[in-house]
Amino acid sequence: MSALNKKLTQTLAETISKQVKHFNKRETECLIRLCNGLLGDQTLPGRAVSGLDRARFMDMLHNSFGMTDVMMMDRVFHTFDKDSDGYISVKEWIEGLSVFLRGTLDEKIKYCFAVYDLNSDGYISREEMLQMLNDSMIREPTEEDPDEGIKDLVEITFKRMDYDHDGRLSYADFERAVREENLLLEAFGSCLPDAESTLVFEEQAFKDPPGQ
Amino acid sequence: MGASLTRAAQWTTASSGTGKLEITPINESLLKEILSFVEQFSSRHPQEAKHVFKEPLQWSTTLVASDFKTDYDISGPTVQSQEKDSEGHPLLQLSPPTIFARSFSQLSKLVQLANDKKLKEVRACLEENRDPVVKILGPSFATVLEGEDNFVLRLVDKVKQEDQAADSALKVKLFFLLQHLDNQLLSNSLKKISQEVRLSPAAVKNEVELLKHFCSEGEKRVLKSVRYTSDYEFSNGCRTPPWRQVHGDICYLVIEPCDTETLYITCSTAGVFLNGGIKQEGEENAYERTSEMHKDLVTLLKSRSPHFAENINKQDFAVQEELPSTKKVQHVESVDAEEQGQPQRSYEHQEKNVHERARQQHTPNKPGGKTKLEPSPRWKSPGLMSPYDGTEEKKHRMGSGKEKSGKIQKKMLRSDSKKKADFSVSSSPGRQSSQKTKTPVGVMLAEAFSESSSESEEDEEQPERRPESNTDLPSEYWQIQKLVRYLKRGNQTATVLVLCAMRDFNLVQETCQLAIRDEGGLEVLLNLLDTKEIRCKIGSLKILREISNNSQMRRAIADLCGLQSMVKSLDSLVKDLKALAAETIANVAKFRRARRTIRQYGGIMRLVKLLDIPDLATPTAEQERDVEVARCGVLALWSCSKSTRNKEAIRKAGGIPLLGRLLKLPHENMLIPVVGTLQECASERSCRIAIQTEGMIKDLVKTLSCDNQELQMHCASAIFKCAEDKQTRDLVRQYEGLQPLVLLLNKVDNKQLLAATTGAIWKCSISMENVAKFQEYNVLEILVNLLTGQPEEVLVNVVGALGECAQIPANRAIIRRCGGIQPLVNLLTRTNQALLVNVTKAVGACATEKDNMEIIDRLDGVRLLWSLLKNPNVDVQSSAAWAICPCLENTKDAGEMLFYFVGGLELIVNLLKSTNKEVLASVCAVIAKIAKDEDNLAVITDHGVVPMLAKLTNTTDDRLRRHLAEAIAHCCMWGSNRASFGEAGAVAPLVRYLKSTDSSIHQATAHALLQLSKEPNNCITMHQNGVVKLLLGMMGSADEMFQEAAADCVFNIRRLALANDKASYGYPP
Repeated sequence: MSALNKKLTQTLAETISKQVKHFNKRETECLIRLCNGLLGDQTLPGRAVSGLDRARFMDMLHNSFGMTDVMMMDRVFHTFDKDSDGYISVKEWIEGLSVFLRGTLDEKIKYCFAVYDLNSDGYISREEMLQMLNDSMIREPTEEDPDEGIKDLVEITFKRMDYDHDGRLSYADFERAVREENLLLEAFGSCLPDAESTLVFEEQAFKDPPGQ
Repeated sequence: MGASLTRAAQWTTASSGTGKLEITPINESLLKEILSFVEQFSSRHPQEAKHVFKEPLQWSTTLVASDFKTDYDISGPTVQSQEKDSEGHPLLQLSPPTIFARSFSQLSKLVQLANDKKLKEVRACLEENRDPVVKILGPSFATVLEGEDNFVLRLVDKVKQEDQAADSALKVKLFFLLQHLDNQLLSNSLKKISQEVRLSPAAVKNEVELLKHFCSEGEKRVLKSVRYTSDYEFSNGCRTPPWRQVHGDICYLVIEPCDTETLYITCSTAGVFLNGGIKQEGEENAYERTSEMHKDLVTLLKSRSPHFAENINKQDFAVQEELPSTKKVQHVESVDAEEQGQPQRSYEHQEKNVHERARQQHTPNKPGGKTKLEPSPRWKSPGLMSPYDGTEEKKHRMGSGKEKSGKIQKKMLRSDSKKKADFSVSSSPGRQSSQKTKTPVGVMLAEAFSESSSESEEDEEQPERRPESNTDLPSEYWQIQKLVRYLKRGNQTATVLVLCAMRDFNLVQETCQLAIRDEGGLEVLLNLLDTKEIRCKIGSLKILREISNNSQMRRAIADLCGLQSMVKSLDSLVKDLKALAAETIANVAKFRRARRTIRQYGGIMRLVKLLDIPDLATPTAEQERDVEVARCGVLALWSCSKSTRNKEAIRKAGGIPLLGRLLKLPHENMLIPVVGTLQECASERSCRIAIQTEGMIKDLVKTLSCDNQELQMHCASAIFKCAEDKQTRDLVRQYEGLQPLVLLLNKVDNKQLLAATTGAIWKCSISMENVAKFQEYNVLEILVNLLTGQPEEVLVNVVGALGECAQIPANRAIIRRCGGIQPLVNLLTRTNQALLVNVTKAVGACATEKDNMEIIDRLDGVRLLWSLLKNPNVDVQSSAAWAICPCLENTKDAGEMLFYFVGGLELIVNLLKSTNKEVLASVCAVIAKIAKDEDNLAVITDHGVVPMLAKLTNTTDDRLRRHLAEAIAHCCMWGSNRASFGEAGAVAPLVRYLKSTDSSIHQATAHALLQLSKEPNNCITMHQNGVVKLLLGMMGSADEMFQEAAADCVFNIRRLALANDKASYGYPP
């Protein structure tokens, strides 16, 4: 059974690694194994494997990449889950990690925009922005409107990034802003791993599997 | 004359058609000057006076035929002069009311005839001939006048073109006479104008306010009342109707003094005067002046009201209180030795200027010496736009007026990018200007207008400037402060957004920087560096990098221990972060304390580590980023390398070889800091050796041929410093670096480059092989050309190079042939000590050639050299003395020449009291030369040269010993000097000189001993000190002179012994 499993993994890795940019076959294999590991008892032979569910995925984000913002983790899950079936399939997992860990700036801009576009309408609206930044500042209870600071910040940022002045951030707006100032890539919440945890994660994931 | 008439003379403002000259003191004096010029012209310059004008000067005169006497043909009302031009036209013609004059002689006569109407005539003439020069000399001269710089040349051209030779000289002379008059008139009227002060609405307003204070009841009352005729104030501060404003009227006042009738006064920009009695708005026809002009109200009142004059000075002025002066305290740190020379104070200077400017706006209007219009303490109270007076007035004013003042207020609050304009606007309506320009706020704002400049080096603490009130700060200030508050409250996402928003402000502006600092933003930014959030760190550093261009911010960052955090960031894995940290460090490390901190926290080591990038021919994108990191690292090292200890630290950290590797990279933006750092480090010997052994000379030489002047400058400067070592000099030659250096001499416009290049040439020319090479490129000719019109830092090096080159005899002749002797001798009169050392050396080297010496002698060079013996710098003293030696040797009548140097011989003898060995050696050498002339030897003996030389004999310095022995040998030739040397104990030490290992000392000593041995007592001393054995050993020397001297000396000793024996035992000789 194990041998069969291994064989299956290898063929899968072969096919996927051809479709995904940044991983070679061996790496893909490792990632598949990692995915299977995360799935744990979910993978019973004969049962259709639908993939990682939300909770497991978010656990992974928290444990491996130190993410804490539930909202952002949820958004990352949604972005990984391309077919929106509530599960991250092996393929989605590898495709997602490809950008997540090794994406080029272009890929990352696309990814981040997808994360921030809460309702997936192709635009980031003021409301979405406010929603994402809602907890980003300690409220000053002494102020008349404790939310004033955050609203002001949203307004400033919005003005800065909305180049075509249409009242919403299009992908073009976002891309331009990020290209001008790379710091704005993760403007509305951290949704990418930092260099250090990426390093640690890759080290762990790609080390030779035991028994080989 | 043209210039003074158009610029200085005051023409009536309504200049339709022919203008009228106003009756003002300036014009009056102008006219008087011109009049006396014309009057005296024909007697002073009879030739020029006969010159016939190109066109006649014509004007309507008040003279009539009867005024004319002899020399004139009078027929009825018309008059013609008997003096005619070559074509027979009369030079003066009167056909009433017009008069035509065509020469200065006629003009002279005319003004003499006019008697008391002189001035009137001159005035009429000038009014109707607005451009007399053109009429006198022709229009071509007017164009000549326009280009003022080389007009003489063009003038000559002009004259040649159009005139016959005979006439032209006259014309030029005449032209210069007129020109001279013009200059004189201008300077005179300038003097007058500078005494007169133009009033401004603000000044008038101030003074009126001051006077209103004096209207109080009671004993101290000086005036009954002071009021404006109009309550309405225009936005420019004037209270006069616009059509009068064009005449310069600012306001009309009605002042009731206590003792005389009511005064109706006009305040105009030209001054203050009484008018025809304007009681209220709109009274026409009373505008004209009825009194003389006064510079301000107080002087006018003093002249009109004795009571006022008497009491004004007794006033106990509450208003007079001076503001606490905004003096700044400088904390000057003790600085590293090498930094002392270069503190740039431009920043501080700039601030001073601003301050002064602000002051100047005020001072001119201060009435008299005692009454000062200083704002009262009340005026300073913050937040009030119009804190004094005027509140009632405001109520009466129309709504629009109120609105306007509100607008101004707003405008001032948000004076943003257009601040400059706003500032000038706000200063004109008198109301705010007084407090604005005077208080530190004003100064601070004015400072903020000019974007804070970055300076390369500063070592004094900057003054602290804090606004006293917050009223006048621009909106950015508040916006940034708000952002800083967000920064404190935000999580990392918000922080990054806030940082980005902050970067959108013009952080170069000081207001923005102050806003960040005042709200504690610097602390927050620096704290971010200690977090783990890479993006926050990057964002923070991006801001810090900008604002650290300001010296105040640099200090604040250092005070908050920011450098420590930045140094730590250099260890990061993120390249962008490392690069930013290094760049910011490069900015902050502009002052000594920062550089020290960086070193103490291991920054130098870490920075050097950044330079360690793999050597790659075609770097990938990722490696390009490594190169960028390295570049920032070098930038930081460059800043750091200005401290001596850091140079050493860079070397110890292995920085020099790494720099050497970077030197091979093709990036220019990398090379400049690399070579800059190397150049700084090269002032340390250990670093120079490292540079040389790492084989960098080759690369430096190669880089010399790039086409970036800054880079070339650093290269040349590095070679300049490294070429102290002989091996480096040879390497420069071997790598063919001499020719590119010579080529760089052509870039005469870039003085820094020229200084570095000439420096490199100087040091390279210490090696004679290099000199030979240089001569192939005709360097001497080029260098001689650089002897004039260059800044001193260039001259020092040029002269140094010439001095080295002149060590080769052939070059001395070349220097003479290129005319180099004279400029060199001229440079002896400079004061720069480094320059003088080099000039004396060069002159001395040239003086070894007889032909050169002739020129030097003719230029009185020896006297100049001699006077340099008085220079306080010992290097100059010795260098001058050394130069004097060949001069004395090669001048024909040196003895006689010296005899006439009053006090010269005493001076040189007194230099024997110096404690500097080099000075002593050189002076001994000079004394040896002087003593060759018997008369002079007698003089210096009188000045006590013998005991002084004797006192020096105990020295152990071989160089001094040699020249001392020579001097003693020559000084023995006079009177009883031999015995005196013996008595002064000079003999025994001299004998010991023979034990020295230096053969040149032996020679000189042998000569001295020979001379001394002619005195029997000395022989005894010598013998007692075992001289015979030493001399016997030396008789075997190859040098015949030396042999002979030694032998003669032994002979003298022996003869004495024999004579002694003979005397005691009666032996035959």
